Amino acid sequence: MTQHYNKKNILQVKSLACQRGEKLLFSNLSFAVASGELLLLEGKNGAGKTTLLRLLSGLRRSDEGEIFWNNQEISELDFDFYQDVSFLGHHNALKLELTAQENLEVSIALSAGSEISIEKALADVKLAGYEHELVKSFSAGMKRRLAIAKLLVLDTPLWVLDEPFTSVDVKGIALIEKFINEHLQKGGLVVMTSHHEVNIEKKYITNLRL
Amino acid sequence: MSIYIIDKKIMIKATWSFIQKFSSPPHFYRISGKMQPWFMAIFIGTLIYGLIGGLYLAPTDYQQGDSFRIIYVHVPAAWMSMFIYMVMAFCAAVALIWRIKLADIVLISSAPIGAMFTAIALATGSIWGKPMWGTWWVWDARLTAELILLFLYLGIFALYNAVEDKRTGSRFVSILVLVGVVNIPIIHYSVEWWATLHQGPTVTKFDKPSIHIDMLIPLLVMAISFKCYYITTMFSRARTELLERESNAKWVTKLLVPTKAD
Amino acid sequence: MAKTRVSTRKAFSVIIWRDLMLSIRHPSEIINPLLFFIMVIILYPFAVGSDAKLLMEISTGVVWVAALLASMLSLDSIFKEDFADGTLEEMILSAHPTSILVLAKVFAHWLLTALPLIILAPILAVMLGMHDDGIVVLLLTLLIGTPVLSLIGAIGVALTVSLRGGGVILSLLILPLYIPVLIFGSGAVNNAILGLDVQGQIYMLAALFVLALFFAPLAIAAALKISLS
Repeated sequence: MTQHYNKKNILQVKSLACQRGEKLLFSNLSFAVASGELLLLEGKNGAGKTTLLRLLSGLRRSDEGEIFWNNQEISELDFDFYQDVSFLGHHNALKLELTAQENLEVSIALSAGSEISIEKALADVKLAGYEHELVKSFSAGMKRRLAIAKLLVLDTPLWVLDEPFTSVDVKGIALIEKFINEHLQKGGLVVMTSHHEVNIEKKYITNLRL
Repeated sequence: MSIYIIDKKIMIKATWSFIQKFSSPPHFYRISGKMQPWFMAIFIGTLIYGLIGGLYLAPTDYQQGDSFRIIYVHVPAAWMSMFIYMVMAFCAAVALIWRIKLADIVLISSAPIGAMFTAIALATGSIWGKPMWGTWWVWDARLTAELILLFLYLGIFALYNAVEDKRTGSRFVSILVLVGVVNIPIIHYSVEWWATLHQGPTVTKFDKPSIHIDMLIPLLVMAISFKCYYITTMFSRARTELLERESNAKWVTKLLVPTKAD
Repeated sequence: MAKTRVSTRKAFSVIIWRDLMLSIRHPSEIINPLLFFIMVIILYPFAVGSDAKLLMEISTGVVWVAALLASMLSLDSIFKEDFADGTLEEMILSAHPTSILVLAKVFAHWLLTALPLIILAPILAVMLGMHDDGIVVLLLTLLIGTPVLSLIGAIGVALTVSLRGGGVILSLLILPLYIPVLIFGSGAVNNAILGLDVQGQIYMLAALFVLALFFAPLAIAAALKISLS
């Protein structure tokens, strides 16, 4: 597979600290994720994995420390950062009263644009034929796959995934792992958490324990 | 051109680090602790002088008799209610733009004091209204605007207390205070306009065009006294709040847990 | 990476389209505040008596206060669902300015909730015996005033959307800020009924509208970002 994204993409974190309530979740956290690398966050519930993912996606601002995307602070980059990142959180960010196609159309309109067709992305996540079904008729696994289709359509270099395998069956997990693999080979970056074992070549993965 | 930009960046960085150092929690904690007794002393001194001057020495008003003397509490309290809101708005802007922790803390420590002064201004205004208008409450523009201000203050508490995380709460409150400060002049103007429309100029006794100098001096002294009270109380609240929020920081541990080496 | 750029205008209109679509498929949220508006107005004659002259005198105030409360009530839902299902996060992480997208949401919400209310208001005003001159100005002031209510109200909602029991706090936060709109809106209608000049109040309302249009989206966007962090 050919390189697809800028090979020099790099996400750097410098002495990041985060406090929630009275509790200090982490402090003096520094790491870097480069093009083609996957950072797997590990740690107990409440260790701050989700909070860190929200910091990295730009949803939350850090209390201390900085996050750099290609050597520029993400809060300064603002939209220029947001157009390079896709965030998949606990929620699928889908509207139940809209169809699969409509949901993806809205997501594209909110992004900087897309080159990949909605039909192809839906076919890739095995949702071909469901384009015009309302999402409320979908099973939990189908909804999650549709959320994954959003990642494929938007095709941003940085994926921030919070438990992407939840409510997906074994086949679905294999499918998502395949997408992550392809994304890394294209020169993409992934930061994620997972309760499941992640079946991706070890050479791509860096582990970070919180 | 590029040199100029770099220069500017360095300048901003330098100013920034200066502000940051100056407003750093331990620095503030130390300085405010030292300043607090002085403000306390000025507060008590000016309070005694202002009250004696206002309640005994100032001449009796030829129209209102002795009932006018309530202005020595009412007017400074009303001034403070606005002044504190302005301080809070300034802190809110500083907290949101430069993310200085201290601004958050000064803001939230000021709110109850501001609300208290607003309540005092309302209560004394109402007490003053009884002999003047024969009723406890009239929909006078200033009283009504003061009442709305009280609700703005109460909204701040309600919002802050509803949020579990204090930092998040502070940031919410900062936005609310800024929205409020844009609205205060609009509210004042519209209420004034509304009051004159509905009542005509019957209540203009408040707007005395001139005031005797012997009446004015105690009033100004009381204003200083109230300001010092505000600073003292705000300092104590801010210091407590600071310790609570920074309970993880080294300087707090050092301060509260005496080490054997000392 | 030659991506086809999506213009912010496109994003703006897609958000409006989405919100209109959602409420067409799930219309109870539009209808309930409207019923509330009608009910509040109908309650007044029961409380103050059916004396036509008295009702006529208070008609302006009744309609405006009911409109204001209905606006606040309906606003409660503007960000609630988006907050719960994650689409609000998507909106903030969008490649377009959040304030513009938020403005689209407020506009869609105004179309769905305030516009029907404005259409109904003359009927209710007639029931209360309001003069024709008053009704024309009532329509005009509601048309300029309700967007201001929506914009200011959305700030309050953005501040409280992440809180449990945010609804009660919401009223405390935004009702004081609604007072100027109420003063100028009902003032204009009362003046019209008395045959006086209404230009001053209308201009003031228009000024409030412009002010809210520029500043409210920024405050809403900032508040939403904090709500999600």
